[in-house]
Amino acid sequence: MRNRFADTFYELGKADPRLCVVVADISPAGSIVRFRQEFPDRFVNVGVAEQIMIGMAAGMAQRGLRPFAYTIATFTLYRPFEMVRDDLCYQNLPVTIVGIGGGVTYSTLGATHHAQEDIAIACALPNMSVIAPCDPAEVEGATRWCATQEHGPVYLRLGKAGEPDFTSTLAEAFTFGKLRFLRRGRDVCILTYGSIMKMASEVADDLQAQGRSVSLVSVHTLKPLDLAGVAEVLAAHRDVVVIEEMSPQGSLGMRVKALAYEQRASSRIHCFSLRDEFVHVYGTHEDLLAAHGLTAAGIVRVMSRS
Amino acid sequence: MAKPQAPRNSFDGTAARRRCRRFRRRILEISQQVTALHVAPAFSCTEITDAIYHGLMRGTGHDVFLMSKGHGCMIQYVILEELGVLSREDLDRYCKPDGRLGAHPDCETPGVAASTGSLGHGLGLATGQAYAEKLKQTDVMIYCLLSDGEFQEGSTWEAMMMAANLELDNLVAFMDYNDFGGLERMTEGHKAFYPLVAKAEAFGWEAVEVDGHDGEAIFDAVTSRKGGGPLIVVCRTVKGKGVSYMENVPIWHYRSPNKDEYQQGLNELAVE
Repeated sequence: MRNRFADTFYELGKADPRLCVVVADISPAGSIVRFRQEFPDRFVNVGVAEQIMIGMAAGMAQRGLRPFAYTIATFTLYRPFEMVRDDLCYQNLPVTIVGIGGGVTYSTLGATHHAQEDIAIACALPNMSVIAPCDPAEVEGATRWCATQEHGPVYLRLGKAGEPDFTSTLAEAFTFGKLRFLRRGRDVCILTYGSIMKMASEVADDLQAQGRSVSLVSVHTLKPLDLAGVAEVLAAHRDVVVIEEMSPQGSLGMRVKALAYEQRASSRIHCFSLRDEFVHVYGTHEDLLAAHGLTAAGIVRVMSRS
Repeated sequence: MAKPQAPRNSFDGTAARRRCRRFRRRILEISQQVTALHVAPAFSCTEITDAIYHGLMRGTGHDVFLMSKGHGCMIQYVILEELGVLSREDLDRYCKPDGRLGAHPDCETPGVAASTGSLGHGLGLATGQAYAEKLKQTDVMIYCLLSDGEFQEGSTWEAMMMAANLELDNLVAFMDYNDFGGLERMTEGHKAFYPLVAKAEAFGWEAVEVDGHDGEAIFDAVTSRKGGGPLIVVCRTVKGKGVSYMENVPIWHYRSPNKDEYQQGLNELAVE
Protein backbone atom coordinates (compact mmCIF):
# COMPACT_ATOMS: atom_id res chain seq x y z
CA MET A 1 0.00 0.00 0.00
CA ARG A 2 2.74 2.38 1.05
CA ASN A 3 4.61 1.92 -2.20
CA ARG A 4 1.53 2.29 -4.37
CA PHE A 5 0.67 5.48 -2.52
CA ALA A 6 4.20 6.75 -3.21
CA ASP A 7 4.07 5.82 -6.91
CA THR A 8 0.68 7.45 -7.38
CA PHE A 9 1.62 10.57 -5.45
CA TYR A 10 4.83 10.94 -7.45
CA GLU A 11 2.97 10.71 -10.72
CA LEU A 12 0.32 13.23 -9.61
CA GLY A 13 2.90 15.50 -8.02
CA LYS A 14 4.87 15.77 -11.25
CA ALA A 15 1.81 17.24 -12.94
CA ASP A 16 0.42 19.38 -10.10
CA PRO A 17 2.84 21.83 -8.47
CA ARG A 18 0.41 22.37 -5.56
CA LEU A 19 1.04 18.86 -4.22
CA CYS A 20 3.50 18.77 -1.31
CA VAL A 21 4.52 16.28 1.35
CA VAL A 22 5.07 17.20 4.98
CA VAL A 23 6.57 14.34 6.99
CA ALA A 24 7.54 14.03 10.63
CA ASP A 25 10.87 12.21 10.67
CA ILE A 26 9.72 9.13 8.78
CA SER A 27 11.76 7.71 5.95
CA PRO A 28 9.61 8.06 2.86
CA ALA A 29 8.88 4.97 0.82
CA GLY A 30 9.72 4.24 -2.81
CA SER A 31 8.80 7.00 -5.16
CA ILE A 32 8.46 9.65 -2.46
CA VAL A 33 12.26 9.52 -2.32
CA ARG A 34 12.31 10.33 -6.03
CA PHE A 35 9.73 13.09 -5.45
CA ARG A 36 12.01 14.58 -2.81
CA GLN A 37 15.02 14.45 -5.13
CA GLU A 38 13.17 16.06 -8.00
CA PHE A 39 11.14 18.58 -5.98
CA PRO A 40 13.16 19.19 -2.81
CA ASP A 41 11.17 22.30 -1.86
CA ARG A 42 7.87 20.44 -1.95
CA PHE A 43 9.07 17.87 0.54
CA VAL A 44 9.32 19.15 4.12
CA ASN A 45 10.59 17.08 7.02
CA VAL A 46 9.55 18.88 10.20
CA GLY A 47 11.39 16.39 12.39
CA VAL A 48 9.84 14.79 15.45
CA ALA A 49 7.23 17.54 15.69
CA GLU A 50 3.76 16.47 14.65
CA GLN A 51 1.95 19.62 15.77
CA ILE A 52 3.89 21.73 13.29
CA MET A 53 3.44 19.01 10.66
CA ILE A 54 -0.33 19.53 10.79
CA GLY A 55 -0.14 23.27 11.48
CA MET A 56 2.16 23.90 8.52
CA ALA A 57 0.10 21.68 6.23
CA ALA A 58 -2.97 23.73 7.20
CA GLY A 59 -1.20 27.02 6.57
CA MET A 60 0.10 25.78 3.20
CA ALA A 61 -3.42 24.74 2.20
CA GLN A 62 -4.73 28.17 3.20
CA ARG A 63 -2.38 29.67 0.65
CA GLY A 64 -3.45 27.39 -2.17
CA LEU A 65 -1.23 24.30 -1.86
CA ARG A 66 -2.35 20.68 -1.46
CA PRO A 67 -0.21 19.15 1.27
CA PHE A 68 -0.16 15.53 2.34
CA ALA A 69 0.91 15.12 5.98
CA TYR A 70 2.55 11.73 6.25
CA THR A 71 3.74 9.68 9.18
CA ILE A 72 2.91 6.62 11.29
CA ALA A 73 -0.87 6.55 11.81
CA THR A 74 -0.86 7.14 15.58
CA PHE A 75 1.31 10.23 15.23
CA THR A 76 -0.86 11.77 12.51
CA LEU A 77 -3.94 12.01 14.73
CA TYR A 78 -3.21 11.49 18.40
CA ARG A 79 -0.24 13.73 19.15
CA PRO A 80 -1.45 16.70 17.08
CA PHE A 81 -5.15 16.09 17.70
CA GLU A 82 -6.14 19.69 18.34
CA MET A 83 -4.27 20.83 15.22
CA VAL A 84 -6.20 18.24 13.23
CA ARG A 85 -9.46 19.44 14.77
CA ASP A 86 -8.96 23.21 14.78
CA ASP A 87 -6.48 23.86 11.97
CA LEU A 88 -7.73 21.31 9.44
CA CYS A 89 -11.33 20.42 10.26
CA TYR A 90 -12.66 23.68 11.72
CA GLN A 91 -11.16 25.56 8.77
CA ASN A 92 -12.15 22.76 6.37
CA LEU A 93 -8.85 22.65 4.48
CA PRO A 94 -8.00 20.21 1.69
CA VAL A 95 -5.16 18.44 3.46
CA THR A 96 -4.70 14.68 3.34
CA ILE A 97 -3.43 13.05 6.50
CA VAL A 98 -1.73 9.81 5.50
CA GLY A 99 -1.56 7.41 8.42
CA ILE A 100 0.90 4.60 7.72
CA GLY A 101 0.42 1.31 9.54
CA GLY A 102 -3.19 1.80 10.64
CA GLY A 103 -4.58 -0.74 13.10
CA VAL A 104 -1.94 -2.97 14.67
CA THR A 105 0.33 -3.23 11.62
CA TYR A 106 3.36 -2.26 13.71
CA SER A 107 3.01 -5.53 15.53
CA THR A 108 6.33 -5.57 17.35
CA LEU A 109 6.37 -1.95 18.49
CA GLY A 110 3.78 -1.98 21.24
CA ALA A 111 0.56 -0.04 21.74
CA THR A 112 2.22 3.37 21.37
CA HIS A 113 2.40 2.52 17.66
CA HIS A 114 -1.05 0.94 17.29
CA ALA A 115 -3.79 3.03 15.67
CA GLN A 116 -6.65 0.91 16.92
CA GLU A 117 -9.16 3.73 17.46
CA ASP A 118 -8.08 6.03 14.61
CA ILE A 119 -11.17 5.49 12.47
CA ALA A 120 -13.53 6.36 15.35
CA ILE A 121 -11.54 9.46 16.25
CA ALA A 122 -11.26 10.69 12.67
CA CYS A 123 -14.93 9.98 11.93
CA ALA A 124 -15.97 11.99 15.02
CA LEU A 125 -14.54 15.20 13.55
CA PRO A 126 -16.84 17.49 11.54
CA ASN A 127 -15.70 18.03 7.92
CA MET A 128 -13.27 15.08 8.02
CA SER A 129 -13.51 12.38 5.35
CA VAL A 130 -12.08 8.97 6.19
CA ILE A 131 -10.79 6.40 3.72
CA ALA A 132 -9.19 3.01 4.41
CA PRO A 133 -8.37 1.20 1.16
CA CYS A 134 -8.09 -2.58 1.20
CA ASP A 135 -5.33 -3.14 -1.36
CA PRO A 136 -2.79 -1.31 -3.53
CA ALA A 137 -5.24 -0.72 -6.38
CA GLU A 138 -7.71 0.91 -4.01
CA VAL A 139 -4.87 3.00 -2.55
CA GLU A 140 -4.22 4.33 -6.03
CA GLY A 141 -7.87 5.31 -6.54
CA ALA A 142 -8.07 6.88 -3.09
CA THR A 143 -4.82 8.82 -3.55
CA ARG A 144 -6.01 10.22 -6.87
CA TRP A 145 -9.25 11.33 -5.22
CA CYS A 146 -7.43 12.92 -2.27
CA ALA A 147 -5.10 14.87 -4.58
CA THR A 148 -7.91 16.38 -6.61
CA GLN A 149 -10.85 16.71 -4.18
CA GLU A 150 -12.34 19.99 -3.01
CA HIS A 151 -14.19 18.71 0.08
CA GLY A 152 -11.77 19.35 2.93
CA PRO A 153 -9.53 17.27 5.18
CA VAL A 154 -9.13 13.53 4.65
CA TYR A 155 -7.71 10.84 6.89
CA LEU A 156 -6.25 8.16 4.63
CA ARG A 157 -5.47 5.02 6.61
CA LEU A 158 -2.89 2.82 4.93
CA GLY A 159 -1.37 -0.49 5.87
CA LYS A 160 2.30 -0.94 5.33
CA ALA A 161 3.52 -3.16 2.56
CA GLY A 162 2.85 -6.47 0.96
CA GLU A 163 -0.96 -6.40 0.87
CA PRO A 164 -2.26 -8.70 -1.91
CA ASP A 165 -4.35 -7.42 -4.78
CA PHE A 166 -8.12 -7.75 -4.53
CA THR A 167 -9.63 -5.04 -6.66
CA SER A 168 -7.45 -4.34 -9.73
CA THR A 169 -9.60 -6.46 -12.02
CA LEU A 170 -12.98 -5.21 -10.80
CA ALA A 171 -15.12 -3.60 -13.47
CA GLU A 172 -16.29 -0.94 -11.02
CA ALA A 173 -13.72 1.78 -10.28
CA PHE A 174 -12.98 3.22 -6.83
CA THR A 175 -15.62 5.84 -6.11
CA PHE A 176 -15.30 7.96 -2.98
CA GLY A 177 -18.22 7.37 -0.63
CA LYS A 178 -19.49 4.26 -2.39
CA LEU A 179 -18.87 0.74 -1.14
CA ARG A 180 -17.64 -1.83 -3.59
CA PHE A 181 -18.58 -5.49 -4.07
CA LEU A 182 -15.57 -7.75 -4.61
CA ARG A 183 -17.93 -10.66 -5.04
CA ARG A 184 -21.69 -10.99 -4.90
CA GLY A 185 -23.67 -13.68 -3.11
CA ARG A 186 -27.11 -14.09 -1.59
CA ASP A 187 -26.80 -15.41 2.00
CA VAL A 188 -23.92 -13.79 3.81
CA CYS A 189 -22.33 -10.38 3.22
CA ILE A 190 -18.93 -9.50 4.69
CA LEU A 191 -18.29 -5.78 5.16
CA THR A 192 -14.67 -4.82 5.75
CA TYR A 193 -12.02 -2.18 5.03
CA GLY A 194 -8.26 -1.84 5.12
CA SER A 195 -5.63 -4.56 5.16
CA ILE A 196 -7.78 -7.02 7.10
CA MET A 197 -9.48 -7.64 3.73
CA LYS A 198 -7.03 -10.55 3.44
CA MET A 199 -8.65 -12.27 6.42
CA ALA A 200 -12.15 -11.33 5.26
CA SER A 201 -11.42 -12.87 1.88
CA GLU A 202 -10.31 -16.13 3.52
CA VAL A 203 -13.50 -16.16 5.59
CA ALA A 204 -15.50 -15.66 2.40
CA ASP A 205 -13.66 -18.57 0.71
CA ASP A 206 -14.27 -20.88 3.67
CA LEU A 207 -17.95 -20.02 3.98
CA GLN A 208 -18.36 -20.57 0.25
CA ALA A 209 -16.66 -23.94 0.60
CA GLN A 210 -19.33 -24.76 3.17
CA GLY A 211 -21.99 -24.00 0.56
CA ARG A 212 -22.92 -20.47 1.61
CA SER A 213 -23.40 -17.81 -1.05
CA VAL A 214 -21.14 -14.94 0.06
CA SER A 215 -20.80 -11.26 -0.81
CA LEU A 216 -17.53 -9.52 0.00
CA VAL A 217 -17.56 -5.74 0.21
CA SER A 218 -14.86 -3.10 0.66
CA VAL A 219 -16.29 -0.23 2.69
CA HIS A 220 -13.24 1.87 1.86
CA THR A 221 -14.95 5.15 2.70
CA LEU A 222 -15.85 5.18 6.39
CA LYS A 223 -16.96 8.80 6.28
CA PRO A 224 -19.22 9.69 4.66
CA LEU A 225 -20.50 6.15 5.00
CA ASP A 226 -22.42 4.83 2.00
CA LEU A 227 -25.73 4.60 3.87
CA ALA A 228 -27.71 3.56 0.80
CA GLY A 229 -25.12 0.90 0.01
CA VAL A 230 -25.20 -0.53 3.53
CA ALA A 231 -29.02 -0.44 3.51
CA GLU A 232 -29.01 -2.49 0.30
CA VAL A 233 -26.62 -4.98 1.85
CA LEU A 234 -28.90 -5.30 4.89
CA ALA A 235 -31.96 -5.77 2.72
CA ALA A 236 -30.35 -8.43 0.52
CA HIS A 237 -28.56 -10.72 3.03
CA ARG A 238 -29.71 -12.82 5.95
CA ASP A 239 -26.32 -12.56 7.68
CA VAL A 240 -24.13 -9.46 7.63
CA VAL A 241 -20.60 -9.87 8.98
CA VAL A 242 -18.41 -6.87 9.82
CA ILE A 243 -14.68 -7.59 10.09
CA GLU A 244 -12.48 -4.67 11.07
CA GLU A 245 -9.11 -3.88 12.56
CA MET A 246 -10.46 -1.20 14.90
CA SER A 247 -11.71 -1.03 18.45
CA PRO A 248 -15.46 -1.55 18.91
CA GLN A 249 -16.31 1.98 20.08
CA GLY A 250 -17.23 4.03 17.02
CA SER A 251 -16.61 1.08 14.73
CA LEU A 252 -18.21 0.28 11.40
CA GLY A 253 -19.94 -2.61 13.16
CA MET A 254 -21.70 -0.25 15.57
CA ARG A 255 -22.79 1.99 12.75
CA VAL A 256 -24.12 -0.93 10.71
CA LYS A 257 -26.12 -2.05 13.75
CA ALA A 258 -27.52 1.43 14.25
CA LEU A 259 -28.45 1.61 10.60
CA ALA A 260 -30.06 -1.82 10.75
CA TYR A 261 -32.17 -0.64 13.68
CA GLU A 262 -33.25 2.46 11.80
CA GLN A 263 -34.07 0.41 8.69
CA ARG A 264 -35.85 -2.26 10.77
CA ALA A 265 -33.63 -4.71 8.92
CA SER A 266 -34.17 -8.37 9.71
CA SER A 267 -30.65 -9.54 8.91
CA ARG A 268 -28.44 -10.83 11.71
CA ILE A 269 -25.33 -8.75 12.27
CA HIS A 270 -22.07 -10.30 13.45
CA CYS A 271 -19.25 -7.94 14.42
CA PHE A 272 -15.60 -8.94 14.65
CA SER A 273 -13.20 -6.19 15.71
CA LEU A 274 -10.26 -5.49 17.96
CA ARG A 275 -11.22 -5.40 21.61
CA ASP A 276 -11.52 -2.25 23.69
CA GLU A 277 -8.16 -3.10 25.24
CA PHE A 278 -4.53 -2.28 24.52
CA VAL A 279 -2.55 -5.10 22.93
CA HIS A 280 0.29 -6.39 25.10
CA VAL A 281 1.47 -8.97 22.59
CA TYR A 282 4.46 -8.78 20.23
CA GLY A 283 4.72 -10.86 17.07
CA THR A 284 3.45 -10.86 13.52
CA HIS A 285 0.50 -8.75 12.45
CA GLU A 286 -1.55 -11.96 12.43
CA ASP A 287 -0.40 -12.80 15.97
CA LEU A 288 -1.73 -9.50 17.25
CA LEU A 289 -5.05 -9.81 15.47
CA ALA A 290 -5.36 -13.33 16.87
CA ALA A 291 -4.65 -12.01 20.38
CA HIS A 292 -7.89 -10.05 20.03
CA GLY A 293 -9.77 -13.00 18.58
CA LEU A 294 -9.43 -12.03 14.95
CA THR A 295 -8.60 -15.12 12.88
CA ALA A 296 -10.28 -16.41 9.74
CA ALA A 297 -10.81 -19.84 11.34
CA GLY A 298 -12.35 -18.33 14.46
CA ILE A 299 -14.76 -16.15 12.48
CA VAL A 300 -15.72 -19.08 10.25
CA ARG A 301 -16.33 -21.20 13.36
CA VAL A 302 -18.73 -18.61 14.78
CA MET A 303 -20.46 -18.15 11.45
CA SER A 304 -20.83 -21.89 10.89
CA ARG A 305 -22.99 -22.04 13.99
CA SER A 306 -25.29 -19.24 12.79
CA MET B 1 -12.76 55.16 4.52
CA ALA B 2 -9.08 54.96 5.36
CA LYS B 3 -7.13 52.50 3.31
CA PRO B 4 -3.58 51.37 4.04
CA GLN B 5 -1.25 52.66 1.39
CA ALA B 6 1.52 50.60 0.04
CA PRO B 7 4.39 50.28 0.69
CA ARG B 8 5.33 52.99 3.17
CA ASN B 9 8.69 54.43 4.12
CA SER B 10 7.58 56.06 7.34
CA PHE B 11 4.93 55.78 9.99
CA ASP B 12 3.09 58.80 11.38
CA GLY B 13 3.12 58.29 15.14
CA THR B 14 0.76 61.17 15.87
CA ALA B 15 -1.89 59.88 13.49
CA ALA B 16 -1.42 56.39 14.93
CA ARG B 17 -2.00 57.59 18.48
CA ARG B 18 -5.19 59.31 17.38
CA ARG B 19 -6.40 56.16 15.61
CA CYS B 20 -5.58 53.96 18.59
CA ARG B 21 -7.60 56.15 20.98
CA ARG B 22 -10.51 55.89 18.55
CA PHE B 23 -10.18 52.10 18.30
CA ARG B 24 -10.17 51.76 22.08
CA ARG B 25 -13.26 53.94 22.42
CA ARG B 26 -15.06 51.84 19.83
CA ILE B 27 -14.16 48.66 21.74
CA LEU B 28 -15.50 50.20 24.95
CA GLU B 29 -18.69 51.12 23.09
CA ILE B 30 -19.19 47.49 22.03
CA SER B 31 -18.50 46.35 25.60
CA GLN B 32 -21.72 48.12 26.58
CA GLN B 33 -23.80 45.97 24.21
CA VAL B 34 -22.29 42.55 24.96
CA THR B 35 -20.29 41.42 27.96
CA ALA B 36 -18.57 38.54 26.15
CA LEU B 37 -15.42 40.28 25.10
CA HIS B 38 -11.79 40.55 26.06
CA VAL B 39 -11.18 44.30 26.43
CA ALA B 40 -7.80 44.34 28.17
CA PRO B 41 -6.13 41.79 25.85
CA ALA B 42 -7.23 43.92 22.87
CA PHE B 43 -5.93 47.11 24.50
CA SER B 44 -2.49 45.60 25.05
CA CYS B 45 -2.05 44.91 21.31
CA THR B 46 -3.84 47.96 19.87
CA GLU B 47 -0.67 49.75 18.71
CA ILE B 48 0.88 46.53 17.38
CA THR B 49 -2.17 45.68 15.29
CA ASP B 50 -2.50 49.28 14.10
CA ALA B 51 1.17 49.39 13.06
CA ILE B 52 0.72 46.16 11.10
CA TYR B 53 -2.40 47.31 9.25
CA HIS B 54 -1.51 50.96 8.82
CA GLY B 55 2.25 50.73 8.49
CA LEU B 56 3.37 47.34 7.28
CA MET B 57 0.66 45.66 5.24
CA ARG B 58 0.30 46.60 1.60
CA GLY B 59 -3.47 46.55 1.21
CA THR B 60 -5.82 44.15 2.95
CA GLY B 61 -5.71 41.58 0.14
CA HIS B 62 -1.98 41.24 -0.37
CA ASP B 63 -0.02 40.65 2.83
CA VAL B 64 -1.52 38.51 5.57
CA PHE B 65 -2.27 39.34 9.20
CA LEU B 66 -2.89 36.32 11.39
CA MET B 67 -4.24 36.96 14.89
CA SER B 68 -2.87 33.99 16.78
CA LYS B 69 -4.01 35.39 20.15
CA GLY B 70 -7.60 35.01 19.07
CA HIS B 71 -8.95 36.64 22.23
CA GLY B 72 -7.41 39.91 21.03
CA CYS B 73 -9.69 39.97 17.98
CA MET B 74 -11.72 43.06 19.02
CA ILE B 75 -8.87 45.28 17.90
CA GLN B 76 -8.73 43.49 14.56
CA TYR B 77 -12.50 43.85 14.13
CA VAL B 78 -12.50 47.60 14.77
CA ILE B 79 -9.58 48.09 12.36
CA LEU B 80 -11.32 45.98 9.71
CA GLU B 81 -14.42 48.10 10.30
CA GLU B 82 -12.40 51.26 9.77
CA LEU B 83 -10.91 49.79 6.58
CA GLY B 84 -14.39 48.91 5.29
CA VAL B 85 -13.73 45.17 5.28
CA LEU B 86 -16.32 44.70 8.04
CA SER B 87 -19.42 46.86 8.35
CA ARG B 88 -20.68 48.85 11.31
CA GLU B 89 -23.61 46.41 11.47
CA ASP B 90 -21.14 43.50 11.71
CA LEU B 91 -19.64 45.03 14.85
CA ASP B 92 -22.99 46.08 16.28
CA ARG B 93 -24.10 42.46 15.99
CA TYR B 94 -20.94 41.14 17.67
CA CYS B 95 -21.70 37.90 19.55
CA LYS B 96 -25.38 38.07 18.62
CA PRO B 97 -27.18 35.30 16.76
CA ASP B 98 -27.92 37.50 13.74
CA GLY B 99 -24.27 38.57 13.45
CA ARG B 100 -21.12 36.85 12.23
CA LEU B 101 -18.44 37.98 14.68
CA GLY B 102 -17.61 36.01 17.79
CA ALA B 103 -15.17 36.41 20.65
CA HIS B 104 -12.56 34.51 18.62
CA PRO B 105 -11.82 35.01 14.91
CA ASP B 106 -13.40 32.72 12.32
CA CYS B 107 -11.74 32.21 8.94
CA GLU B 108 -15.11 32.62 7.23
CA THR B 109 -15.13 36.29 8.30
CA PRO B 110 -13.76 38.70 5.67
CA GLY B 111 -10.25 39.85 6.56
CA VAL B 112 -9.62 37.00 8.98
CA ALA B 113 -6.71 34.76 7.93
CA ALA B 114 -7.33 31.86 10.33
CA SER B 115 -9.74 30.56 12.92
CA THR B 116 -7.95 30.89 16.23
CA GLY B 117 -8.91 30.91 19.89
CA SER B 118 -7.02 27.90 21.14
CA LEU B 119 -3.53 29.18 21.86
CA GLY B 120 -0.42 27.84 20.20
CA HIS B 121 -1.87 27.31 16.72
CA GLY B 122 -1.20 30.60 14.96
CA LEU B 123 2.55 30.47 14.47
CA GLY B 124 2.36 26.98 12.94
CA LEU B 125 -0.29 28.16 10.49
CA ALA B 126 1.73 31.28 9.74
CA THR B 127 4.83 29.15 9.11
CA GLY B 128 2.90 27.04 6.61
CA GLN B 129 1.49 30.15 4.97
CA ALA B 130 4.91 31.79 4.72
CA TYR B 131 6.42 28.61 3.28
CA ALA B 132 3.64 28.35 0.71
CA GLU B 133 4.34 31.91 -0.43
CA LYS B 134 8.03 31.01 -0.77
CA LEU B 135 7.13 28.03 -2.96
CA LYS B 136 4.84 30.23 -5.04
CA GLN B 137 7.69 32.79 -5.27
CA THR B 138 5.51 35.73 -4.25
CA ASP B 139 6.48 38.76 -2.15
CA VAL B 140 3.58 38.25 0.29
CA MET B 141 4.47 38.94 3.92
CA ILE B 142 2.89 37.00 6.78
CA TYR B 143 2.45 38.98 10.02
CA CYS B 144 1.46 36.92 13.03
CA LEU B 145 0.52 38.35 16.43
CA LEU B 146 0.92 36.08 19.46
CA SER B 147 0.39 36.55 23.16
CA ASP B 148 3.34 35.97 25.47
CA GLY B 149 1.32 33.17 27.08
CA GLU B 150 1.27 31.36 23.75
CA PHE B 151 4.99 30.90 24.03
CA GLN B 152 4.30 28.52 26.90
CA GLU B 153 2.76 26.12 24.35
CA GLY B 154 5.23 23.58 22.97
CA SER B 155 3.60 23.87 19.56
CA THR B 156 4.75 27.49 19.30
CA TRP B 157 8.34 26.33 19.73
CA GLU B 158 7.89 23.64 17.10
CA ALA B 159 6.89 26.47 14.77
CA MET B 160 9.80 28.65 15.94
CA MET B 161 12.16 25.81 15.05
CA MET B 162 10.69 25.13 11.60
CA ALA B 163 10.35 28.78 10.56
CA ALA B 164 14.05 29.26 11.30
CA ASN B 165 15.02 25.99 9.60
CA LEU B 166 13.19 27.12 6.48
CA GLU B 167 14.72 30.63 6.69
CA LEU B 168 11.32 32.25 6.27
CA ASP B 169 12.26 35.90 5.81
CA ASN B 170 8.66 36.64 4.81
CA LEU B 171 7.41 35.84 8.32
CA VAL B 172 7.28 38.41 11.11
CA ALA B 173 5.94 37.45 14.53
CA PHE B 174 4.91 39.95 17.20
CA MET B 175 4.79 38.94 20.83
CA ASP B 176 2.31 40.91 22.92
CA TYR B 177 4.46 40.81 26.04
CA ASN B 178 1.93 42.09 28.57
CA ASP B 179 3.17 39.64 31.21
CA PHE B 180 -0.30 38.52 32.24
CA GLY B 181 -1.80 35.11 31.71
CA GLY B 182 -5.35 34.57 32.82
CA LEU B 183 -4.17 34.03 36.38
CA GLU B 184 -1.04 35.95 37.30
CA ARG B 185 2.09 37.72 36.16
CA MET B 186 4.19 35.30 34.15
CA THR B 187 7.47 36.92 35.24
CA GLU B 188 6.59 35.89 38.79
CA GLY B 189 5.19 32.41 38.14
CA HIS B 190 7.42 31.31 35.25
CA LYS B 191 10.88 32.70 35.78
CA ALA B 192 12.55 30.15 33.51
CA PHE B 193 10.57 31.53 30.59
CA TYR B 194 12.94 34.53 30.39
CA PRO B 195 14.88 36.11 28.74
CA LEU B 196 12.70 36.18 25.64
CA VAL B 197 14.88 37.82 22.98
CA ALA B 198 17.80 35.51 23.74
CA LYS B 199 15.51 32.46 23.53
CA ALA B 200 14.18 33.50 20.15
CA GLU B 201 17.71 34.18 18.92
CA ALA B 202 18.85 30.81 20.17
CA PHE B 203 16.11 29.29 18.00
CA GLY B 204 17.58 31.01 14.95
CA TRP B 205 15.29 34.02 14.77
CA GLU B 206 16.22 37.63 14.44
CA ALA B 207 14.71 39.20 17.56
CA VAL B 208 14.25 42.70 18.87
CA GLU B 209 12.43 44.13 21.89
CA VAL B 210 10.47 47.39 21.65
CA ASP B 211 7.86 49.45 23.49
CA GLY B 212 4.69 47.78 22.24
CA HIS B 213 2.65 50.97 22.59
CA ASP B 214 4.96 52.91 20.28
CA GLY B 215 3.77 52.26 16.73
CA GLU B 216 6.79 53.97 15.19
CA ALA B 217 9.17 51.76 17.16
CA ILE B 218 7.28 48.65 16.01
CA PHE B 219 7.29 49.84 12.41
CA ASP B 220 11.00 50.69 12.55
CA ALA B 221 11.87 47.31 14.10
CA VAL B 222 10.34 45.54 11.13
CA THR B 223 11.51 47.84 8.36
CA SER B 224 15.09 47.92 9.63
CA ARG B 225 15.45 44.18 10.10
CA LYS B 226 18.54 42.39 8.86
CA GLY B 227 16.48 39.72 7.06
CA GLY B 228 17.54 36.31 5.85
CA GLY B 229 15.14 34.59 8.22
CA PRO B 230 12.08 35.13 10.38
CA LEU B 231 11.86 38.13 12.69
CA ILE B 232 10.17 38.37 16.06
CA VAL B 233 9.35 41.72 17.62
CA VAL B 234 8.94 41.31 21.36
CA CYS B 235 6.55 44.13 22.23
CA ARG B 236 6.53 45.24 25.88
CA THR B 237 2.92 46.10 26.60
CA VAL B 238 0.51 46.85 29.40
CA LYS B 239 -2.60 44.75 29.62
CA GLY B 240 -5.59 47.10 29.54
CA LYS B 241 -3.43 49.96 28.26
CA GLY B 242 -5.18 53.32 27.95
CA VAL B 243 -7.75 52.98 30.72
CA SER B 244 -6.17 53.47 34.15
CA TYR B 245 -8.32 51.10 36.20
CA MET B 246 -7.79 48.26 33.70
CA GLU B 247 -4.02 48.49 33.44
CA ASN B 248 -2.34 45.39 34.85
CA VAL B 249 -5.49 44.29 36.71
CA PRO B 250 -6.14 40.64 35.80
CA ILE B 251 -9.94 40.74 36.16
CA TRP B 252 -10.16 42.88 33.00
CA HIS B 253 -8.99 39.93 30.91
CA TYR B 254 -12.67 38.98 30.78
CA ARG B 255 -14.69 41.74 32.42
CA SER B 256 -16.68 44.45 30.67
CA PRO B 257 -16.93 47.91 32.26
CA ASN B 258 -20.18 49.04 33.91
CA LYS B 259 -21.77 52.36 32.96
CA ASP B 260 -19.62 54.54 35.22
CA GLU B 261 -16.45 52.68 34.33
CA TYR B 262 -17.36 53.02 30.67
CA GLN B 263 -17.75 56.78 31.01
CA GLN B 264 -14.45 57.09 32.85
CA GLY B 265 -12.77 55.02 30.13
CA LEU B 266 -14.17 57.27 27.41
CA ASN B 267 -12.97 60.36 29.27
CA GLU B 268 -9.47 58.95 29.59
CA LEU B 269 -9.44 58.11 25.90
CA ALA B 270 -10.85 61.47 24.82
CA VAL B 271 -9.30 63.12 21.79
CA GLU B 272 -6.30 65.21 22.77
